[in-house]
Amino acid sequence: MLLETEKLSRVYGGVVAVNEVDFRVQEGLITGLIGPNGAGKTTLFNNMTGLDTPTNGKVLFEGKDITGKKANEICRLGIARTFQNIRLFKEMSVVENVMIGRHFKVGDKNKGRFLQSVKSYFFMKNEEKTIYNKALEYLDFFGLADLRNEDAKALPYGHQRELEIARAMATEPKLLFLDEPAAGMNPQETEHLMEMISRIRSLGVSVVLIEHDMKLVMNICDEITVLNFGNKIASGTPNAIKHDPVVIEAYLGSEEDD
Amino acid sequence: MSSVAVFFQHLTNGLTLGGIYALIALGYTMVYGILKFINFAHGDILMVGAYMGMFAFDFLRGDAPLGAWTFISFLLAMIFSAVFCAVLGMFIEKVAYKPLRRAARLAPLLSAIGVSFILSNGAAWMWGTQSRKLNYPFDNSPITILGISITPHQILVLIVSFAMMVALTLFVGKSRMGKAMRATSLDQDTAQLMGINVNVVISLTFAIGSALAAVGGMLIALDYKCYPTLGTMTGLKAFVAAVVGGIGNISGAMLGGILLGLVETFGVAVLGIPQGYKDTIAFVILIIILLLKPEGILGKVEKEKV
Repeated sequence: MLLETEKLSRVYGGVVAVNEVDFRVQEGLITGLIGPNGAGKTTLFNNMTGLDTPTNGKVLFEGKDITGKKANEICRLGIARTFQNIRLFKEMSVVENVMIGRHFKVGDKNKGRFLQSVKSYFFMKNEEKTIYNKALEYLDFFGLADLRNEDAKALPYGHQRELEIARAMATEPKLLFLDEPAAGMNPQETEHLMEMISRIRSLGVSVVLIEHDMKLVMNICDEITVLNFGNKIASGTPNAIKHDPVVIEAYLGSEEDD
Repeated sequence: MSSVAVFFQHLTNGLTLGGIYALIALGYTMVYGILKFINFAHGDILMVGAYMGMFAFDFLRGDAPLGAWTFISFLLAMIFSAVFCAVLGMFIEKVAYKPLRRAARLAPLLSAIGVSFILSNGAAWMWGTQSRKLNYPFDNSPITILGISITPHQILVLIVSFAMMVALTLFVGKSRMGKAMRATSLDQDTAQLMGINVNVVISLTFAIGSALAAVGGMLIALDYKCYPTLGTMTGLKAFVAAVVGGIGNISGAMLGGILLGLVETFGVAVLGIPQGYKDTIAFVILIIILLLKPEGILGKVEKEKV
């Protein structure tokens, strides 16, 4: 198991956003996390990536307990993510956004990475070049290299989503969390995105995605976990999920409700 | 004196004053850019910087007469003072602001005002309320270049402040840590998700801002001496400069500082505003800017984050 949560709960005041969820991610697979609005999907993401701390329970990554670690530490262990409401560094150029993703990838820890990062421009132009070129590779992967000098905020919506994924990929994650990557995309853009996600997996990166576009989820995911009102109600292959009566009830409401 | 020469004379004076304002305004704006709060103790750090520089300079210089050594020891004193204040700034952040980072927005602001009182009263307690002279490290009699009379002090201010602004712009714009700083100011959570240690970035921001304030403080003290409330009015005006330029924006702080220096100088010299009302000019400009363009000259309208 690449990542798993053990009875993870997150309570805000009296509201239980996530309730004792055991979520599992197998290495090399694309795992879907689905559920109606307010099911706790993003909260679960936040608790696994260090933006939020679980009230109870544990998060294990490659067998190590990472519960309560800070986001920058979790990033360095090999977990990256994107956001539902795109969070690029809007005032920075496209290539700079990706370069930030390489921030901690260079420098020799033993020689004081902090000092190196401070003097990087003045004395380490070669190193800056390496970062820049590497960033271009990631942009190229998503077909964004031509837009490198644009401000991130100037990109069309679909490109912004891709740039956010490119930036996350630049941290060289083992595991990539995508929060509604297809939201707001037109069918062609979604098509392209699905292709990109498959290519990311073929690079050896495991992917977890929250998505409402069922066609995308069912086509691309190897495993699916379903949340409802903070509880895990099902997990399994897309086919099994499609025919799971509990899931159908959660999405369509039970017949008695009518 | 021809009117052209007069103009350039005022321009020089204005740029000198503005350069100092800009150095200090940078500290306000950098901290605001990252933490979204006004570090009201910044002006008092400038005062501590002036005292530290004075002590170091007197110690290094000894009884030596004016000469190359006095100038070198002044520069060394400036470095010492900058380092001292950088450490002081980081220490204040750790003790007085960091514990309040998740608290209501008003809390760190009040804490900053408290720190400001501690510093100025502490200085009065330790070093007395009498002003002390920071001696010029050179003969400060004016020299005439192209019809403009300029003091060596002004030349020093112009060189030091503009060199520091260029260095800071390059650092923030180009270096890896500078990029991390900009990223942190744009979106702290995301920056952290990119592996950036936000605490390091914040410490560094305070260190740089305080070091610049220390240098600014010494440059002011050469003309105005050292006293415990040295930072109050200067700090306030530099804050105005930062707001006028667009708080949170580094180029804005430089622009605002220089603009303020120029307007004060020309206001007194050309518009004939009495010297005693000089300080009012800054605040009148502040009011006008806040009415016309509340986000400042280079500032951007910020959408309130939900």
